[in-house]
Amino acid sequence: MTETSPATSVPAKPRNFFAALELDTRLIGMIGAFVVICLIFNFLTDGRFMTPRNIFNLSIQTASVAIMATGMVFVIVTRNIDLSVGSLLATCSAVMAMTQTVVTPEWLGLGLNHPLTMPIAILVGVMTGLVIGAFHGWLIGYLTIPAFIVTLGGFLVWRNVSWHLTKGQTIGPLDENFQLFGGINGTLGETWSWIFAGLAILASFYALFRSRRNKVLHEFPVKPVWAEAIIGLIIAGAIVGFVAILNSYEIPRARLQRMFEARGEIMPEGFVQGYGLPISVLVLIVIAIIMTVVAQRTRLGRYIFATGGNPEAAALAGINTRLLTVKVFAIMGVLCAISAVVASSRQTFHSNDIGTLDELRVIAAAVIGGTALAGGMGTIYGAILGALIMQSLQSGMAMVGVDAPYQNMVVGSVLVLAVFIDIVYRRRTGDKT
Amino acid sequence: MTTPLVEMRDMQKSFGGIKAVDHVTIDLYPGEVVGVLGHNGAGKSVLMKMLSGALPRDGGEIFINGQKAGINNPRDARNHQIETIYQYLALADNLDAASNLFLGRELTTPLGFVDDALMEAETRKIMKRLNPNFRRFHTPVSGLSGGQRQSVAIARAVYFNAKILIMDEPTAALGVQETRMVAELIEQLKSEGIGIFLIDHDIHQVKAMCDRANVMKNGQLVGTVKVADVSEDDLLGMIIAGKCPPSGIPGPGAIQFA
Repeated sequence: MTETSPATSVPAKPRNFFAALELDTRLIGMIGAFVVICLIFNFLTDGRFMTPRNIFNLSIQTASVAIMATGMVFVIVTRNIDLSVGSLLATCSAVMAMTQTVVTPEWLGLGLNHPLTMPIAILVGVMTGLVIGAFHGWLIGYLTIPAFIVTLGGFLVWRNVSWHLTKGQTIGPLDENFQLFGGINGTLGETWSWIFAGLAILASFYALFRSRRNKVLHEFPVKPVWAEAIIGLIIAGAIVGFVAILNSYEIPRARLQRMFEARGEIMPEGFVQGYGLPISVLVLIVIAIIMTVVAQRTRLGRYIFATGGNPEAAALAGINTRLLTVKVFAIMGVLCAISAVVASSRQTFHSNDIGTLDELRVIAAAVIGGTALAGGMGTIYGAILGALIMQSLQSGMAMVGVDAPYQNMVVGSVLVLAVFIDIVYRRRTGDKT
Repeated sequence: MTTPLVEMRDMQKSFGGIKAVDHVTIDLYPGEVVGVLGHNGAGKSVLMKMLSGALPRDGGEIFINGQKAGINNPRDARNHQIETIYQYLALADNLDAASNLFLGRELTTPLGFVDDALMEAETRKIMKRLNPNFRRFHTPVSGLSGGQRQSVAIARAVYFNAKILIMDEPTAALGVQETRMVAELIEQLKSEGIGIFLIDHDIHQVKAMCDRANVMKNGQLVGTVKVADVSEDDLLGMIIAGKCPPSGIPGPGAIQFA
């Protein structure tokens, strides 16, 4: 707090450098917390935490929980909760695993690793998630059973439906193309990763430009051009940095050799290739963008937040809040199915315990990311950052060699502390919780 | 005689065994402010909620401009250009003024995305007319004063060309200055030919603003009076004792003098 600002401030002019950037202070705070955690672990592990290899692993470990956390934001914003996401993930995973190991190769006679197997399996899984999620939403919205109860029931039911379907067996190995979503087995490679980075930078510049032009069009105040430029540079720098790190994680020689042999080629001497962006992370990025657009730019998103802020007002404004509940839980179900693709292909098989405790990780990620359980507030990027923070804590402590019970004690305490900091922050800034 | 803007005939609504609205018939003409009075639990809010579509009716018919109108939900009511200004319920606290003003009727870009910039521009335009002091377009409405919040709710009704306005104690949460602002606004809307139902507890307010008043007691209509013809005591007598003054038209709820 500087004492100079009231004396020198002119209403229209931003107070200082940072005010001119109009950054989201909460976002900065979360990124700051994340950076601090990374630096501490990096110090404690003698620099092993922030190697390309570990950052790569961290990103693929986070993907599954982060994908579901984006949906959990909508669920919590509408004053509901979903305790069944881990179990729903297991059921979707079981259905997809059986589709690709029994239905397509045997019943449809396509054989193993047919190119159609992957899309069919994913479609079946997504439909399963959609139908179950919508059913939960119907029970909650139309039959007015509390979400806590419906999804607590779902937690038990779907975990054991998956058990019943697979008779408790581990199903694998999964289809080769399906495994591309697992992380290490499916990456874009260096060239495509750079192409992706280029497109991402162009897209974000265009978005910044559009938003500014729109404001100018309606004669609203805009940031100084230099402030926009700095924000653009920060975004571009972050994208380039992230892709550069993932590209610098090199595929082991032996593995490269096998890849060349599989294509019937001989690996040139001294050939080096990085992994690049994992497809699972690409899926997360695409989902994050779609969910953010839904939240901020569509009627559905507007109604989700309005209903969370004041359900009566939303209903009086002619919003069908019951149908809205069905839609929100259907979205959650679809995201569970997509997470199931990522999670099961990462371990290359479906196991009975897949997704166990994920419901708690997902809820914690959303809440650490600033989603208020009272409803009406939450951001997609916050939930993803929340998932990332939790995952870094967990794997950082594992790398340092902290015993398992202490790990969970720390994660649990961080969850409570994060929510407390959020409450204090909101009180300071005058927002209501 | 001209056709009434709104005619609610024989309206009924029960909750469990309790008749909240018991065979009530009232009407409203263009450019008229009609009070709906009564104690808490007299049924006035329930009656108005049936008109605004917030509650389904058990029986009775609603006529708008002499045409029978099927109003079963808030969207139907909006299609008949009926807008409601509630005391507390109307706004989503976590959204800004523009999002609230257009809630349920968002302006969209050609691609179907909500056009926040356009909605903010429209909100600025209408607020300049209704409440020139209004400047906080980017904060959630939870950060606004009672009067500012109410002006957002009124702006919503005005922007969408309401013909029939239901105001449920619009000034209950407001200070003196803000109450005057709302009263002036009601005058202005009235002169534009809008019909207004005003639910209120405050007898002074009703005397000052209304042309006619309907008084309800225990779900029944005590009577309908021209406000100019009766005293405040007469109105109080109707509310408390259910006694309809001689100049009024008694309803089923008026006590009978044998």
